Amino acid sequence: MGKSLFQKVWDAHSVRQLPNGQTQLLIGTHLIHEVTSPQAFGMLREKGIPVKYPHRTFATVDHIVPTNELAEPYSDPLAQAMITELRKNCEEYGVKFFDTTTGMQGIVHIVGPEQGITQPGTTIACGDSHTSTHGAFGAVAFGIGTSQVRDVLATQTMALNPLKVRRINVDGKLAPGVYAKDVILHIIRTLGVNGGTGFAYEYGGEVFDNFTMEERMTVCNMSIEGGARVGYVNPDETTFEYLKGRPYAPKGKDWDAAVERWQSFASDADCDYDDVVNIRAEDIAPTVTWGINPGQAVFIDQSVPKKEEGKTVSERASIAEALEHMQFEGGTAIKGVKVNVAFLGSCTNGRLSDLREVAQYLKGRKVHPDVQAICVPGSQGVSRIAEEMGIDQIFKDAGFEWRGAGCSMCLAMNPDKLVGDQLCASSSNRNFKGRQGSITGRTVLMSPLMVAAAAVTGEISDAREVFGILEPATV
Amino acid sequence: MSLKEISKVTGRAVHVPGDDIDTDRIIPARFMKCVTFDGLGEYMFYDVRKDADGNDRKHPLNDPSYEGASILISGNNFGCGSSREHAPQAIYRAGFRGVIAEGFAEIFFGNSTQLGMPCVTAEGKDIEKLVAAIEADPSTEVTIDLEAKKIRFGIAAIDCEIREGARSVLLNGHWDPLQDLLASEEQVEAVAGSLAYMAEK
Ligand code: SF4
Repeated sequence: MGKSLFQKVWDAHSVRQLPNGQTQLLIGTHLIHEVTSPQAFGMLREKGIPVKYPHRTFATVDHIVPTNELAEPYSDPLAQAMITELRKNCEEYGVKFFDTTTGMQGIVHIVGPEQGITQPGTTIACGDSHTSTHGAFGAVAFGIGTSQVRDVLATQTMALNPLKVRRINVDGKLAPGVYAKDVILHIIRTLGVNGGTGFAYEYGGEVFDNFTMEERMTVCNMSIEGGARVGYVNPDETTFEYLKGRPYAPKGKDWDAAVERWQSFASDADCDYDDVVNIRAEDIAPTVTWGINPGQAVFIDQSVPKKEEGKTVSERASIAEALEHMQFEGGTAIKGVKVNVAFLGSCTNGRLSDLREVAQYLKGRKVHPDVQAICVPGSQGVSRIAEEMGIDQIFKDAGFEWRGAGCSMCLAMNPDKLVGDQLCASSSNRNFKGRQGSITGRTVLMSPLMVAAAAVTGEISDAREVFGILEPATV
Repeated sequence: MSLKEISKVTGRAVHVPGDDIDTDRIIPARFMKCVTFDGLGEYMFYDVRKDADGNDRKHPLNDPSYEGASILISGNNFGCGSSREHAPQAIYRAGFRGVIAEGFAEIFFGNSTQLGMPCVTAEGKDIEKLVAAIEADPSTEVTIDLEAKKIRFGIAAIDCEIREGARSVLLNGHWDPLQDLLASEEQVEAVAGSLAYMAEK
């Protein structure tokens, strides 16, 4: 019987079984940011423990950086204190820091792949739940808590229980105007927000074979929204092609050896999965959320559910709570709901391909006068290339604000926040109550092009209609 | 070095109803602008407890009859969302030492165990009984008995579950794994040495 990538990576990184029955797993690559690392460094300092392998930890700053203010000190002294603390910790412990002045700063899950730090067959941990993003490269990547950040800093290992593996096949062809974001929203809606508890999701099938690395990252990114701590795609030529020539990718003869090694980690054809789910690409339409978790989603031409449609008491209560928060009436169409803010960015959809795809359709269009639209490149690298390509100009001409790199309005730790009960069409990954900075703020998750469509029309719209994306003629 | 062995958590309990209570709800991101966890307890469930003007809303966590409770009870998929350890830290620092729910999100569960705060699951209908008892008398003493996998309150008891690995680390005082992880340095170096990318700088 063959082995899955998860099993192979797990075996290669297992140090020993701990007295408590958990596995001590070597974490090859550790990524840190300003929010979840300072307390961990504090604990090391308190105990006088050094960082075990400083060269395998990489830092960036993303959550708190203002995207509309470059000069320090920042107007928010708490934000300033956090970046200063990270700088100090990296310097003291010899950790590489992609600081704001390096041209390489950005959202941690965008910087890792961009720099070629994220590699197949490796284990990665980061004090951030969207670490699953890195699984797109065939890495086993865990989001961890701060105490585990401490463990990884101190020992380059952590204590874990093995996961089961669920293979999710998406076969067939996605219709025009249907994106990776729709695929993952559909998967979460189908399997539930906690359907993945205890599982690693292995994504495969024709759709993933044809996806670019950036599309694979969008899907893996939101694995955690489906309850799966780990999500991955087996490495293939697309993966190697993406990594080649990146700053931290192996070079010269090391490259060939690395590719050979990477290939050996891919799941064997005859491996036994704990569960297999098959999804047809043709069944997926542009998807938007209507509620307060990412599983509460419908296709753009569907209605938001009525409370009575819940199958259990608790589901009915969840629907009622979501409808109340969103100020939606059950049974009404989601299309046509007024939006106040359009946010394009985040580690889900703040990459170059996202901005390029939108720019192609946005050219010559104008943001609706009632909408504040902001475009936030996920990294300084993304923003530099976008600017070289003139993409920034297309956004600005359309009436989007073009910002500096960071998490921005994905969460409320920087100046970009919703106000009152504003409704935001967002390319990010979470629509929890209060997530975007206002307790009564409302978030509707969707693909980047759907965000652009909402920005242009001032309401939740079908991007295929707004931008004239036609179904291919049926043969 | 062993830590405290945790076999029982006893105290009064408070119910925060609802499924899928996410970590943004437990500790809103704006309170995570801090470089230590001290003081987080004050902001636990802040937006649930306070209205936009900072006044107390009607909520069990604001109800003086539950003041001093050390066991939190909730619904399914508790602690989903962000991996922020700030969430269990906030709950812990607000004085809680155990959580009972129908189910827990993975990362939250792990983070809590590592703090020595047991998270046990119980059946919805059993939780209803427990909640009815504490609502009838908020001074009811509740005990999470990890050894027997029972939750006792008054003369009643319900079954609870906890993943065996977590249960054993709590029972034997190994819930914070750092010492164990540090103890195998040579083996760690051997595994690191076998992986080519570990040498990359
Ligand atoms: S963009 Fe959003 S989800 Fe991604 S790391 Fe930043 S805050 Fe987290």
